[in-house]
Amino acid sequence: MNVELIVFLILAAAAIVSAVLMITRKNPVASALYLVFNFFIIAVLYLFLRAQFIAVIQITVYAGAIMVLFLFVIMLLNLGEDKLLKWKLNSKRTIASLLGLVLLAEIAYYVMNFTSTSGMSPQSASMGTVESIGKVLYASYLFPFEITSILLLAALVGAIFLAKRKLEQ
Amino acid sequence: MVPLGYYIGLSAILFTIGVVGVLTLRNAIVIFMSVELMLNSVNLALIAFSAYSGNPAGEILVFFSIAVAAAESAVGLAIIIALFRNKLTVNIDEVNVLKW
Repeated sequence: MNVELIVFLILAAAAIVSAVLMITRKNPVASALYLVFNFFIIAVLYLFLRAQFIAVIQITVYAGAIMVLFLFVIMLLNLGEDKLLKWKLNSKRTIASLLGLVLLAEIAYYVMNFTSTSGMSPQSASMGTVESIGKVLYASYLFPFEITSILLLAALVGAIFLAKRKLEQ
Repeated sequence: MVPLGYYIGLSAILFTIGVVGVLTLRNAIVIFMSVELMLNSVNLALIAFSAYSGNPAGEILVFFSIAVAAAESAVGLAIIIALFRNKLTVNIDEVNVLKW
């Protein structure tokens, strides 16, 4: 076992534990903070895969912007620990958890077929830098990139419209 | 060196935790966080495939996926705020006006 594999296994265990803690906490603020921790671990895994640019935008956009928005909404709605929202085991949840295990078994069946022992592609060493991502993005994927700006504008207008509207009227 | 299957396996486990969260939780905001977790696990699989095949298209797809996730969370949280204003709860068991 080499050092990289050991570090990967520690990070993977931390990611899984934080994800499980995220869905079992009663307090939504605690859930959000465990999810932030999970996003940071995934950003470190992106660095392992030599995707530096994606790792940085994972931290700034996901752990920064999106999770701050979540925390802001939780605190705006003043959600505490609600008795009705408490996670307790009943038949519906048992069935849902079993279905989750079935899904995991199905995915695992296909993952088992990944027996290739080839390492990372040599091109990947310089692939994740801002320079090479920018070259690909502005050369081959310029049109989707421009469409993204329209998507963000639509989301902006939609979010303002939904949050502003008085539903009683 | 970490085999590709390990990354895909981690991605599968995180995705399943997200699915179980969506199916079992009652708080709309935490359900939404589980959806974000699922999106992230798929991004991890895409980056792993991209790095092991040497094709930058996977990283570009993750870039767009993060942009779409940002838009989705803005609209989704606006819907949750509108819902809370109308029903004074985020418990999805009490939000069943579309049920027939």
